[in-house]
Amino acid sequence: MHDLHATPERPCGTQVEAIPSHELDRLEEIIGRYGGRSRYLIPALKDAQEMFGYLPKEVQHRLAGGLNVPASRVFGVVTFYSFFTTTPRGRHTVRICLGTACYVKGSTRILETVTNGNGLGFNGGSTSEDGRFTVEPVRCLGTCGLAPVIMIDADVHGNISPSNIIKHFDNYS
Amino acid sequence: MSAHQHRMRIRSCAGTLCIARGSMDVKKALEKELIKRDLQTDIEVCMGNCNGFCGKGPVMAVEPDGVFYSELKPKHVSRIVEEHVLKGIIVQELLFKEETAEDRLPLMKDTDFFGLQKLIVLRNRGLIDAESIDQYIARDGYAALAKALGEMSPINVIQEIKRSGLRGRGGAGFRTGLKWEACKEESNLPKYIICNGDEGDPGAFMDRSVMEGDPHSVLEGMAIAGYAVGAEQGYVYVRAEYPLAIERLQKATADARDYGLLGEDILGKGLNFNIEIYPGAGAFVCGEETALIKSLQGLRGMPRPRPPFPVHKGLFGHPSVINNVETYANVNPIILNGADWFTSIGTEQSKGTKVFALTGAVKNIGLVEVPMGTTLRSLIFGIGGGIEKGRSFKAVQIGGPSGGCIPAGLESVEIDYESLKSVGAMMGSGGVVVMDETTCMVDTARFFTNFLVEESCGKCTSCREGLKVMQDKLTDIIEGRGREGDVEFLQGLAQHVSATSFCGLGKTSANPVLSTIRYFREEYDGHIRDKHCRALSCESLIDFEVMDDKCTMCGACYRKCTSGAITWEKKKVASIDREQCTRCRNCIQACRFRAIR
Repeated sequence: MHDLHATPERPCGTQVEAIPSHELDRLEEIIGRYGGRSRYLIPALKDAQEMFGYLPKEVQHRLAGGLNVPASRVFGVVTFYSFFTTTPRGRHTVRICLGTACYVKGSTRILETVTNGNGLGFNGGSTSEDGRFTVEPVRCLGTCGLAPVIMIDADVHGNISPSNIIKHFDNYS
Repeated sequence: MSAHQHRMRIRSCAGTLCIARGSMDVKKALEKELIKRDLQTDIEVCMGNCNGFCGKGPVMAVEPDGVFYSELKPKHVSRIVEEHVLKGIIVQELLFKEETAEDRLPLMKDTDFFGLQKLIVLRNRGLIDAESIDQYIARDGYAALAKALGEMSPINVIQEIKRSGLRGRGGAGFRTGLKWEACKEESNLPKYIICNGDEGDPGAFMDRSVMEGDPHSVLEGMAIAGYAVGAEQGYVYVRAEYPLAIERLQKATADARDYGLLGEDILGKGLNFNIEIYPGAGAFVCGEETALIKSLQGLRGMPRPRPPFPVHKGLFGHPSVINNVETYANVNPIILNGADWFTSIGTEQSKGTKVFALTGAVKNIGLVEVPMGTTLRSLIFGIGGGIEKGRSFKAVQIGGPSGGCIPAGLESVEIDYESLKSVGAMMGSGGVVVMDETTCMVDTARFFTNFLVEESCGKCTSCREGLKVMQDKLTDIIEGRGREGDVEFLQGLAQHVSATSFCGLGKTSANPVLSTIRYFREEYDGHIRDKHCRALSCESLIDFEVMDDKCTMCGACYRKCTSGAITWEKKKVASIDREQCTRCRNCIQACRFRAIR
């Protein structure tokens, strides 16, 4: 099966080969889960992104057909909502909160620390060299009591500082 | 359910923030210790829902004593068992200590943080397992639904909500009773009950706590609304950033269905009502009700003009009631205790309580619920414990990106919908971010404008282009390129954007800029004329010069400098080499004497 996450040879944001048709057949399960109804497009896209790691054109077209929605509308939805991506991401998504409470506690410094060195291999970009992590700034994770906060996948890590952030990354392969 | 009587119950908080700080490790260590001493049948250990005291987690409450331990680690467990559980001696050092108090206070109700609050929406906090419908029911859960179905007609329910004066807690403050009444009068079926769980305001996490910690309170409120207006289907729209809330709401819905409290013929009274949980996908604008409706239909969340209002034409073109999480959580107490009880709390125009997320530079960070009419002073200095690190109060931001800042000097402002508007702010959803002298107000205006530029749906030219121009102008000012006339330009443009946008995002986008200009004009002038940021936050506008008369020669700046730009010796004033300096501001943050300008 395709490993569809970003790798050093195929960093985040590059063109990748299309997902083959027989793999796209796995989307039928998602389409069935939502009864082929167009109004469940958003949860269907979330499930599809979890399945493949990202939402390239061929995935969008399959879902469009299965849920009876024009492909242009699927594209419009994918590009509107920030949780969706059309290019491969690292295996783990790191969300660094830049909401008000985190901002006044210096969260922009944390973003800089992560993307600019410190051995994580981001080199100013958003995905680490080894394909483990993609970093995204987000606007308020709603965990302001622990500001500054980051989320790695579904785990919340609070009271982050430039000096302690690296050790959180070590727990994720 | 077992009839075994425990002599003590220890609740370990299972809210997202405490879990992130290791509360489940503490709970496991506690369970192990109790088994080791063969106490597991005597002492019950269970999950507690969020207590609101998020800044001091992990927390644990011991019942029936009401003793409250905070900032716990697994290593503390053996002392708690040895001394408190076995000998009844409270472990003083692990108790929460308020900065202003002489001693640590064992009982929650004796602390200012808890004592000044009044819990209606958060009535179950810290007292139940969020995943247990039985525990919700044990505290009068679903009793309001039973009363409504058994003793009241739909019109009675609406009258009670109207009389209570309950106003929408999402920010706009529209009278809930009127909204329900308008929907009831529509005849176009089916109708829908929608809960707005898209809490997107940066700095707000009240709804998260209710959805994760007391999900049934939301479901019950929605079911009662369904009965009142004649709807049989409800949706809770939950933002994607709250996976635990989605999970808990889904479990709660399933449990309620099992118990016949949702589904067909509820409580045998003929009401059919089902609730579905629908996830968001990361778009702040979807908190706007017409955008939310679009999103529920699987579309881009772009607002549309109103009228028609959703109560007349909403989801799929049908009459829909859309209310905030906190609004629904108020319904059970109002129905059970009556409208008169509710009107006895709060002010003339704003009844009841409001939940606030108190964050920023205060000592006590967390969720608090206070009666409307409470002063800012009580909130910030009473409950909040004042400003940390010995700094001084500068301003408080209320209402998120739609709100404004209220400066020091206006602490006597009472919190209600009208008085906040009169000082240029807004209740908003309840995010309260406290700022001290190290926060630059021009930068704050830019922060919110940046946020709005990213989250704007793009439909209205003024919002889409105007906010971008404001962002660029503010960036110019912050980076030292500000000119005379810039402030007037910003004011004019902000007012224009506000007047020509048709959704709440654009309409209120002027507030952060206008309120900071109103109260902190001299900071803008300082950035433009003197090219100096007095908060020492905007790095282009800092001189990075040590003031000899203020320097205490402690060497703290020298130790924190990462570029070797500072020279210092014991008993000598420090000095900064501007060529080497990378403007990282470590020195300014390290200096406790404000000796660097």
